[in-house]
Amino acid sequence: MRRELGALIGFAVGALALLVLAPALLSDFRLSLLGKFVCYAIVAVGIGLAWGRGGMLTLGQGVFFGLGAYVMAMHLKLADAGPSGVPDFMKLYGSGEVPGWWEPFRSPVVTVIGVIAIPSLVALGLGAAVFRRRVRGAYFAILSQALAAAFAILLVGQHATIGGTNGLNGFRSFFGFALYDPVNKRMLFYIAASTLLVVLAIAWQLYRSRFGELLMAVRDQEERVRFLGYDPANIKIVAYVVAAAMAGVAGALFVPIVGIISPASVGVVPSIAFLIGVAIGGRSTLFGPAVGAIVVAWAQTTLSESFPSFWIYFQGALFLLVVAFLPSGLSTVASLRRRTREAT
Amino acid sequence: MNADYLELSDVRVTFDGFVAVDGVTMTVPRGDLRFLIGPNGAGKTTLVDAITGLAPATGSALFGRTELLGRKVHRIVRLGIGRTFQTATVFENLTVLQNLDIAAGAGRGPLTLLRRRSSVPAEVEEALETVGLVDVRDKPAGVLPHGQKQWLEIGMLIVQNARVLLLDEPVAGMSAQERADTGELLRRIGAERTVVVVEHDMDFMRCFADSVTVLHAGKVLSEGTVAQVQADPRVQEVYLGTAAEVGA
Ligand SMILES: Nc1ncnc2c1ncn2[C@@H]1O[C@H](COP(=O)(O)OP(=O)(O)O)[C@@H](O)[C@H]1O
Ligand SMILES: [Mg+2]
Repeated sequence: MRRELGALIGFAVGALALLVLAPALLSDFRLSLLGKFVCYAIVAVGIGLAWGRGGMLTLGQGVFFGLGAYVMAMHLKLADAGPSGVPDFMKLYGSGEVPGWWEPFRSPVVTVIGVIAIPSLVALGLGAAVFRRRVRGAYFAILSQALAAAFAILLVGQHATIGGTNGLNGFRSFFGFALYDPVNKRMLFYIAASTLLVVLAIAWQLYRSRFGELLMAVRDQEERVRFLGYDPANIKIVAYVVAAAMAGVAGALFVPIVGIISPASVGVVPSIAFLIGVAIGGRSTLFGPAVGAIVVAWAQTTLSESFPSFWIYFQGALFLLVVAFLPSGLSTVASLRRRTREAT
Repeated sequence: MNADYLELSDVRVTFDGFVAVDGVTMTVPRGDLRFLIGPNGAGKTTLVDAITGLAPATGSALFGRTELLGRKVHRIVRLGIGRTFQTATVFENLTVLQNLDIAAGAGRGPLTLLRRRSSVPAEVEEALETVGLVDVRDKPAGVLPHGQKQWLEIGMLIVQNARVLLLDEPVAGMSAQERADTGELLRRIGAERTVVVVEHDMDFMRCFADSVTVLHAGKVLSEGTVAQVQADPRVQEVYLGTAAEVGA
């Protein structure tokens, strides 16, 4: 019961901070920055589910983030080009014709479905191949990271069709709303913040459901679960697919907020960066991953503004500290304090 | 129709040329509390592994008319074959109740899984009573003493509707009182199930076994009632070091 109350209070505080305080207190520039961090937080909630609850150390969420982002970016480029128009960069570098596989993303409906469905389907295929073969632990981590590397390399090579290293950028509108208009930029922030709250609500329901208990059981004793008559692969696949869908949605929101998606935002380095906030915030808690992701990204921006070369060391040191001494992140400190208070 | 029995014929398990189980044939009828004994390395655990799909085996293991060998682990479980392991393996971070609830749920559909447990299923309540863990139902399984963990495991087999229970050294490391309680528990639940207990403890076996199979070097050495097996000179020879104990 107390846990329920805690979650409800968490949601109330989160909604207040994101939907009321932040828009009231932050400049347009800072609010848009926070919007970007909120996208990272959405990825983080998924990582919390897959890694914190499911034990799948996924070092490749950049792939799903990127799939969602590129689907959205393709749609925005096509929309900017007008009906049956050709995106600007294709005229410069490409044949001047829109490739067939771009065409479906002219439709806003296909785009919105694709943002969720494409990462989910890729995760489903991967999960089925990997978890049924009982690949797990460090092997899974390395495999997922290799995938992120391969994905980025693939994108870099496609200069004429998806912008190569430059990626896709220069979007002018988002579903008909001009992106230079500050009012629309604020609206984007509200959309991202509300999405984060919805994603957290989904995670909450999963954690308190029987599925959540089962997922923890698989994390702790996969073989034992098999001997209860379940196929643990299916349970892991579900968590992995949900995490991928969350990353895809985050990528799709990232594109209009930040204005660019390029291979540098989806490869190995960003994939690992996604993880750091989750580890620091507490990977198996409900709010920890999201809070950790926002705090780490915020600290990175502020600190690297004043001490550019210092941040990377600080981040590395913090990550090592947390992994070595606080397996459930800084939220362990809070629960330790609670325990000592209860004991006295 | 009484098809609830386990029938092994010529079960063989080979590890890189080493024959761990060497053509075991045995039948365990329902309601029989069968003890499987034998010196260390005799192949007892490997035989249980073979029946439950963990070790690749040849021959045949029938449950009723259904062949078990060659099926996947979780499919065999769903057919009604349950087992425990030498070291108790419960979900330490989940409560006793959650452990049992998960064990009861292999047949649940996706919609049930995505909802919260609103009430305790009747079979879980019943199992809590049977294995005597009502008082600790909300404790994390990790903090239970060893004996209670083993009972929790047996409770999990009951709620998962296991018709055949294969228990690998369930009383190892238990106190005398816990052993006696476990024996009584096995008697109670064994009446309408098929139970095979792998055991080292001769006293425990003498007190509770209906019948005994002795395994040695992967082969069945002797089979019968406790008295018959104890009188068997071959058994005494295998247990030479402990012959006095067997014969006592
Ligand atoms: N996975 C394995 N690979 C190779 N040899 C094994 C394996 N598992 C068991 N064995 C061998 O098979 C024999 C039987 O082991 P086991 O079934 O554990 O005996 P018991 O349970 O009767 O003490 C032992 O000699 C053991 O070393
Ligand atoms: Mg053994």
